[in-house]
Amino acid sequence: MDHIERLEARSVHVFREAYANFKNMCMLWSIGKDSTVLLWLARKAFFGHVPFPLVHIDTNYKIPEMIEYRDKLAKKWKLDMIYGQNEEALENKQTFPEGNATRIECCRLLKTTALRNTLNGRGKRYRLNHDTGEYQVDRNREPYTGVIVGVRADEEGSRSKERYFSPRDTENLWDIGDQPPEFWNQYKTDFAPGTHLRIHPLLDWTELDIWKYIKRENIPTVSLYYDQGNGKRYRSLGCYPCTFPIDSTAKTVDEVIEELESGLLKNIAERSGRAQDKEDGGGLEELRKNGYM
Amino acid sequence: MIETTREKEDMNLVFVGHVDHGKSTIIGRMLADTGSLPDGKLEQVKENCKRNAKPFEYAFLMDALKDEQSQGITIDSARCFFQTPKRNYIIIDTPGHIEFLKNMVTGASRAEAAVLVIDANEGVRENSRRHGYMLSMLGIKQVAVLVNKMDLVDYNREVFEEIVKEYTDFLEKINIDPETFIPVSGMNGDNVVSRSNEMPWYKGRTVLEELDQFKTEKIPEEKPFRMSVQDVYKFTKDGDNRRIIAGTIDTGVIQQGDTVVFFPSGKKSRVKSIEEFNKPIQSVKKASEHVGFTLDEQIYVRRGEIATINGQPKPKVSTRIKANIFWLGRKPMIKGKEYFIKVGTQKVRARLERIHMVLDASTLVKREKNQVDRHDVAEITLKMEKAIAFDLAEQSNKTSRFVLIDDYEITGGGIITASQEDQQAWVRDKVLVRNYKWIKSAISKDRRAEKYSQKASLILITGEKGAKRKEIAKDLEQTLFDDGKFVYYLGIGNILYGVDADIKEEGKDTNRKEHLRRMAEVAHIMLDSGTILIITAVQLLEADVETIKAIVDEELIETVWVGSDISTDIKPDLHITEFNEIREATQIIKSRLQEKGVIFKPF
Repeated sequence: MDHIERLEARSVHVFREAYANFKNMCMLWSIGKDSTVLLWLARKAFFGHVPFPLVHIDTNYKIPEMIEYRDKLAKKWKLDMIYGQNEEALENKQTFPEGNATRIECCRLLKTTALRNTLNGRGKRYRLNHDTGEYQVDRNREPYTGVIVGVRADEEGSRSKERYFSPRDTENLWDIGDQPPEFWNQYKTDFAPGTHLRIHPLLDWTELDIWKYIKRENIPTVSLYYDQGNGKRYRSLGCYPCTFPIDSTAKTVDEVIEELESGLLKNIAERSGRAQDKEDGGGLEELRKNGYM
Repeated sequence: MIETTREKEDMNLVFVGHVDHGKSTIIGRMLADTGSLPDGKLEQVKENCKRNAKPFEYAFLMDALKDEQSQGITIDSARCFFQTPKRNYIIIDTPGHIEFLKNMVTGASRAEAAVLVIDANEGVRENSRRHGYMLSMLGIKQVAVLVNKMDLVDYNREVFEEIVKEYTDFLEKINIDPETFIPVSGMNGDNVVSRSNEMPWYKGRTVLEELDQFKTEKIPEEKPFRMSVQDVYKFTKDGDNRRIIAGTIDTGVIQQGDTVVFFPSGKKSRVKSIEEFNKPIQSVKKASEHVGFTLDEQIYVRRGEIATINGQPKPKVSTRIKANIFWLGRKPMIKGKEYFIKVGTQKVRARLERIHMVLDASTLVKREKNQVDRHDVAEITLKMEKAIAFDLAEQSNKTSRFVLIDDYEITGGGIITASQEDQQAWVRDKVLVRNYKWIKSAISKDRRAEKYSQKASLILITGEKGAKRKEIAKDLEQTLFDDGKFVYYLGIGNILYGVDADIKEEGKDTNRKEHLRRMAEVAHIMLDSGTILIITAVQLLEADVETIKAIVDEELIETVWVGSDISTDIKPDLHITEFNEIREATQIIKSRLQEKGVIFKPF
């Protein structure tokens, strides 16, 4: 078995353990490369099927190509697609930079709060109706007890401490100092009523592994990751006010891999184009304790 | 780019040792000195230290959490990625504080090799030894020992050698033969990546060189085939009618055409195809790979069973095991309390039956105790509610490991050292042969259930003499029959004088177990036909129910106790205390069957 096969085997195992143990499960799909690989791995684990809904938190500030790509794949692969958003914050203009919020506050409202309310069912869930091709308000408001998320340990400090199965309490909080033990392919799959688990099948993957897998499996990715002729491309995707493209002429998956392995990006942090990380040392750790992915 | 075309090896490596002995510092130093950090990371951490008026430490590169930096200790294991020309390493940094032993175990269990750090100034401490012991329990055989902070003892060779001697003696007692001892200073970088000028007396390898000397774990392909069944999938969407048995192969190899036998049930079939998404058709799958296969004949297997190959050594099956465990729970492990044990994908209720001895892992002192406290290591006997399949630790580490669960949390882990006799063993042996030889019908269980609009079920009605068990049974049979159900009340007498004629001794209660076994076998056949079967018996014991469960699928059994006081040790699914008319009791049972989905529940 080679490196990528090992990673794939571990991820598939985690997926199947999750599916066997959680009745009401969903998977977060941010449209980015990581969660798209995650989606692909789900199809590996379940032999071409994705037997749970995919949830996208739409901040309304996503780069338009992302939404287009999301709906195209959702229809093509017949995915059970759901999106949720913080309509109240959008209405009240508690946003950045147009509204009256800082970057971190904007993240907290449009992502963390929206995510929390979509997961626990207090917020509206819009579900894709494959017959009409339109989204409609979903009647199902059952809270999800298992949430699959595509975070990787190499992204940032607090993520390097994550478990494959990571509990969140009733308030969605993460007790980072007191995480459950996890060993020998055995995970925390029992949980008290009211709590839920985040499941992280991609924990051991690096950015480079992700790209190599995209190449090997020929996984479709959104065009924003490639230079379209202006010498710029995105390395990490998010909302347009806070995510900036990098200077790069990589036009294909091969060129992206080449760039990561030996070229220009070898020693530059992946999230360097994400502005919210830079506010307050440990910004992401704080966001994550409160439920951010 | 000049590089060998050969794929690099992977290795997970763990750093362990007593708190403050410098694990994170050495790792941070190694990353910095090999240029493995992203540009600007080192400067950023240094800048942060300056702003907070703290001296810079290499450990800050590893200890990412705010609490960790402010307390100066590692709280949770962290992974970092590190490369040499030979390998891709995942380096796992673990906490050395006793409070976070569970985090150390979490980190170490993922590793193939370990680096244990001892402070030259402080010498061998409690957790130097405890961590050494945990490594041996977790099955990690390759250990390199770093004697750190040599700068604090003036790079004195004698200090180093004394520690080498003391710790080698300890490791010998727990069957670990260390690869090497290296004198280092994480703070100054001596012998971490580059050779030290301060210790000309040391001729061995640097830490970096030593890492590449560890051997990668061999994938256990030669061992008997074992796969813990994770699930059986039938996704009917878009006309997919494959029924796929899925799991990750623990040991061995499986091929299309192999005859597979599942344990603990003993059911058997042949591998028809190996399935995988987005891959060309394959015919062989090996240890550590994820796999899905379909079977020639449809047999009913489910998550928790272990798939094996016919003709290869069989796993053990029992309800009692002897095991070595470590306990991490805040509450002690005590007798009389119910826990869950997870072995592979099996999850069963278990009780602590006996504590053979308790060991303090940091001193190796054995003690007799009547409970297992937090951070204790113990040899115990566990009694499970139903039989599990497993191997012994000496045969395979993958299928002999388990975790224990107390109140939703994993609170301990262990390895099975022996299978112990249990009361149902004689029954189970017969059942294994019966399942192996069973002639399968072409009509599946599901199709029968659909046809009859009911799930096959065994309703065992028990209670004291005179509790009106038989009257209830007859009324229930009548009621369900009138509802159009396929139901049968089997009186004990119907079996005693026919099936049991050869062992029936008038007026005596001999051969009770064999009577029970035959009754359960008859029930098994009738359930296979899709029937709802009602049987009554006087004062069933828990042991009787266990025997029946060894023969009949326990999910199909519903035990009912009739009468106000339960006068045996049985734990019935349903307890009917009072009723004025027989019909009331019948209705209670009927509602129960509806709740359970055995029969249809009208809206």
